Amino acid sequence: MKFVENFSADDTLDLVCRMCPLHLLEPGEKLKCLKTGQVLEVLTDYDGALEDIPEWCEKCGQEFMGMEEEEDYYKLYIRKTK
Amino acid sequence: MDSVYMDHASATPVRAPVIEAMMPYFDQHFGNPSTVYDIGSNIKNVIEEQREKVAKLIGSKTEQIIFTSSGAEANNLAIKGSVFARQKKGTHIIISAVEHHSVLNSARFFERMDFEVTLLPVDEYGLVAPERLLDAIRPETVLVSIMHGNNEIGTIEPISELSTICKEKGVLFHTDAVATVGNIPVDVNELGVDMLSLSGISLGAPKGIGALYFREKLRLMPLIHGGIQERGRRGGTENVPAIVGLGKASELASEELTDRINHVQELRGILVAGIHERINNIIYTGHPEKRLPGHASFCIEAIEGEALIFMLNQEGIYANTGSACASKALKTSPVLVAIGIPPDLAQGSIVFTLNSSITFEEVEYVLKKLPFAVEKLRSISPVWRKKTAA
Repeated sequence: MKFVENFSADDTLDLVCRMCPLHLLEPGEKLKCLKTGQVLEVLTDYDGALEDIPEWCEKCGQEFMGMEEEEDYYKLYIRKTK
Repeated sequence: MDSVYMDHASATPVRAPVIEAMMPYFDQHFGNPSTVYDIGSNIKNVIEEQREKVAKLIGSKTEQIIFTSSGAEANNLAIKGSVFARQKKGTHIIISAVEHHSVLNSARFFERMDFEVTLLPVDEYGLVAPERLLDAIRPETVLVSIMHGNNEIGTIEPISELSTICKEKGVLFHTDAVATVGNIPVDVNELGVDMLSLSGISLGAPKGIGALYFREKLRLMPLIHGGIQERGRRGGTENVPAIVGLGKASELASEELTDRINHVQELRGILVAGIHERINNIIYTGHPEKRLPGHASFCIEAIEGEALIFMLNQEGIYANTGSACASKALKTSPVLVAIGIPPDLAQGSIVFTLNSSITFEEVEYVLKKLPFAVEKLRSISPVWRKKTAA
């Protein structure tokens, strides 16, 4: 897992307290609103997302930038590549 | 006259257009909305249309509505969902002393986890004083829940004033609006609430459906874990016919609300004046003006509420004594105790809740039969005998 610190994002998707597999459905929808090159920050408290989101990025051709751990949730960063 | 039903706070008949709207979703459009083929996925759009109708009725955005199985579940989700999501921020919850059991017991549930719950006292009309709320808020307060309209005494709380205090203090504010949505205009933005519960029961929708409004970006821990229905906030396959029923009932309420209010207010006025003319030693509970338009509640001296309900039942009149839950438990209503009604007088509680189907003739019938029932019960009451002999 790639860790980042104080990463700046263009938009945030808050999925804290939301159920699996929403973390694999909502980022795609949210990325549609971003321009190529922009970064989406995904907030989640679901541990499974740490494996799922990098894999999803690979499958969908998006770039997984890394993650940062907060006290109650994780922040995962995706750069829109297409 | 066969019967007069005046307990619309407990349940309302489902109206014909609502039943008509629901019917195709039992057989013709039966698919599971989570499936990807047409007969299922098309229903997903139907659910979103209903969400829009509910949202329109209370002035919210479509995506701020979660469908639940009842008003009680909406209250549970508001309280437990928001407190669990914010439990590291504090351990203090404030509710009023006149809340429905679904709010009271949800808040008390957290006492087992070392939370503290403050029950705000109310005045003789059941109103929460904003200054009392201000005094009760502490740095560790995470949630305030005060009902919009009281189902037992009809009083409407000053929600926008109370929510303003919470906003200034950075505390979440929830209101149980089960008794008000569909009966008076309700706008979440004017009320300034973070969460609002509503139910199909008082809207002319079927039982088993409710909804929770929540402010954007508010985190809610799901109570029912499962699939990603309700955008991952409530698991379980959607009750599509009931959701369609709630949507249709909301649409009708949006169109007819003013007429409904005018109708029930006029008949309620006749009922209240008529009861005061015909029965002595009786008090009208709740606020005289700030109250639900179709709500008339009384405490009658030297009367046992259950006995009165039973006698009226024999005449084909259906009313209630206290809330449906409290009356079944044969408990003195905590709401009546909170507004300072002495326990013996609180025993004589009777609540009439009218809707737009009630007629003048029905009100007249109640006014004819109620005094007779009261007189009969008082004639065998030792309390009344003692009082009148003195």
